[in-house]
Amino acid sequence: MQDNPYQVTTAHGFCMAGTTVKNACSIRNLTKEYVLKSETVRALRGVSFDVPEGDYVAIMGPSGSGKSTLLNLLGCLDQATSGELYLGEDNVSLMTDDELAEIRSRRIGFVFQSYNLIQQLTVVENIQVPLYYQGRLGAKDRQRCIELAKRVGLGNRLDHRPTQLSGGQQQRVAIARSLVNDPYFILADEATGNLDSKTTAEILALFDELNEEGRTIIMVTHEDEVAERAKRVIRLRDGLLQSDEQNAPEDRKAAAERAMQLATEVA
Amino acid sequence: MLFLRTLKLGVKSLMLHPLRSLLTVLGIFIGVASVIWLLAISEGISREAQRQIESLGADTIMIRSVEPPSEKMAPSGVTPYGLTREEFDMLVRTIPTLRTAVPIREIKRTFKYKDRQIEGRLVGSTPDYAEVTRLQVDRGHFITDAENFLREPVCVLASDVAARLFPYEDPIGKRVYLPEHTDYYRVVGVLKFRNDSAAIGGSMEAQSFRDDIYIPIKTLQQRIGDTVVRRAGASFSGEQIELNQITLTVQSIDDVKPTAELVQAALSHHDAMEDIRVIVPLELLEQAQTTRMMFMVFMGLVAAISLLVGGIGIMNIMLATVTERTREIGIRRALGAKRRDIIWQFLVESAVLSVVGGITGILAGLACRPVIVLARDLISSAYPETIAALPEVVRNVTPTIVPISIPIAFFISIAVGIIFGLFPAVRAAQMNPIEALRHE
Ligand SMILES: Nc1ncnc2c1ncn2[C@@H]1O[C@H](COP(=O)(O)OP(=O)(O)OP(=O)(O)O)[C@@H](O)[C@H]1O
Ligand SMILES: [Mg+2]
Repeated sequence: MQDNPYQVTTAHGFCMAGTTVKNACSIRNLTKEYVLKSETVRALRGVSFDVPEGDYVAIMGPSGSGKSTLLNLLGCLDQATSGELYLGEDNVSLMTDDELAEIRSRRIGFVFQSYNLIQQLTVVENIQVPLYYQGRLGAKDRQRCIELAKRVGLGNRLDHRPTQLSGGQQQRVAIARSLVNDPYFILADEATGNLDSKTTAEILALFDELNEEGRTIIMVTHEDEVAERAKRVIRLRDGLLQSDEQNAPEDRKAAAERAMQLATEVA
Repeated sequence: MLFLRTLKLGVKSLMLHPLRSLLTVLGIFIGVASVIWLLAISEGISREAQRQIESLGADTIMIRSVEPPSEKMAPSGVTPYGLTREEFDMLVRTIPTLRTAVPIREIKRTFKYKDRQIEGRLVGSTPDYAEVTRLQVDRGHFITDAENFLREPVCVLASDVAARLFPYEDPIGKRVYLPEHTDYYRVVGVLKFRNDSAAIGGSMEAQSFRDDIYIPIKTLQQRIGDTVVRRAGASFSGEQIELNQITLTVQSIDDVKPTAELVQAALSHHDAMEDIRVIVPLELLEQAQTTRMMFMVFMGLVAAISLLVGGIGIMNIMLATVTERTREIGIRRALGAKRRDIIWQFLVESAVLSVVGGITGILAGLACRPVIVLARDLISSAYPETIAALPEVVRNVTPTIVPISIPIAFFISIAVGIIFGLFPAVRAAQMNPIEALRHE
């Protein structure tokens, strides 16, 4: 890290109102190649940025630009071809499959476009799955899951199965699940892609609340209205970082109000 | 705790497809139950066979006179054949290992007392006969040496004969009449009931001791002689035999085989005539044990095949389950499941299937005896002829559960679950989580 050119400004955090903020993650020259029989697909061709704790990042870009690939790398579901990925202090690039699984269960929260709940488990049990793989099955852990279910507004649906829930409710369960292990960050890949505008507004409102509580959120989206709600927008193109801009707080507020208005109109 | 949760989860997942799980369990159930049943039945049959052979006595050698093939008989008249008294004396004199030697003469006769008449077997022998054929005296005494020596006209009745000829009186002291010889024999003893002895694989017919009347062999020789005439309708046929059987017992089991060889050599002059047969129950016993081993191995093979089929059933279902739940596997991997967690999860499921099959199979296995006995009773009351036509060993078989077969069946069922569950489980664990998540 010593001779890393980005270190000076961002690697260990950046200054805000005089306090040092740690990075939830930082990536350096990350590349990912898929070697196929006929060709090699270079999905990421050297991407570097930092995400400080408490940030709210929207990743945008045309289809095939490498957004999901990047998110999978951040989520430790896959290993980069080259480059470095730090989660907190840990260098993920050097980890074994088991260690990656360990990191996923302890420090990463996933929210998927298609919810990805386990059908045979109840709401509370679904929320508990990441804890299950840490061997945390006590009454205290279960209580935490119940609280999280209440936190996302499903206090009266604790023993329901995913099939008995609406899409929006399922996504709430998924969000509660992503919070259960107190993650470095929440990774959301088009989390609102399957939802109508009203439900999207509700979910985004929930993300806003979580971010205000200090949660780091990184989400992939195609929609400008969604991206406007984030603090920061990173754009990818052909596996490269195209732009990295902060959203002005006023714009965010305006977007939130527009979304609320739209939601009430529809309802 | 974690294991219990995994177990609970496994059961829950299996209950998503109750019928499918049930059918898979059925495969193992049948396999395990058949292991226990087949072993129990073969054990029952072989024990029965062994018991029957042992009832002949492992320390005995029997030499029987048999009617020679017709081409070796003189075309007319009565051809004498079989064992002779001289040979008996020769055996007793020359074979040092003998403990007892019993000469036996058997003739089919009619017995009468007052107006009651029965067909039976007149057996002339010596006092040792009671011991070597395991006869027990109920009342009075068996024939004695003195009675034999003095050629007394006395007899001892089998319990059936006593019951039929003397239903109301005490037979002791009464005289049984033999119309074919116009002769009387005084009853000196009555025997306890004795089971029939078994037929042994063609070398010896089953023997019934129900219709027997025993008299001293010297009495028989003097009063009846060697030649007896039988009337069959209008024609008569004669038979001239000195002894029907000689039963030898030896001092120790180790003497059986050398003695049998000696006997065979001493009686080799009968080979041409083919009019005697030497029966060695010990050899039959050993033969039966080999047969039993082969039977067990065969049964084991059949059972193993059915378990194999059950195992393949498990593997098939688990492979289907893994494919069907690819998405779930992806989710679990994304949420922190290690490869071994996934292996463990699917292995527990297949183990649950096979253990449930194993336990129910064992219970069904334990029900073997009552079920077979009940089935036999039902069939024999509905179709008595069918049952009567079966060989005696099969008719009387009581399945005997081989204790070791229960833990064996149980562990085999677990092993089947693990072995056949391992491949699908490993396949599930090897999936790439990203691809699994994308799976529809
Ligand atoms: N498993 C894979 N094997 C081969 N190529 C892949 C694989 N996964 C992704 N790619 C390729 O990598 C590139 C980036 O894919 P990625 O899924 O990251 O795009 P994306 O930005 O998420 O697109 P979208 O907005 O459509 O979801 C694409 O060209 C894709 O074809
Ligand atoms: Mg994508």
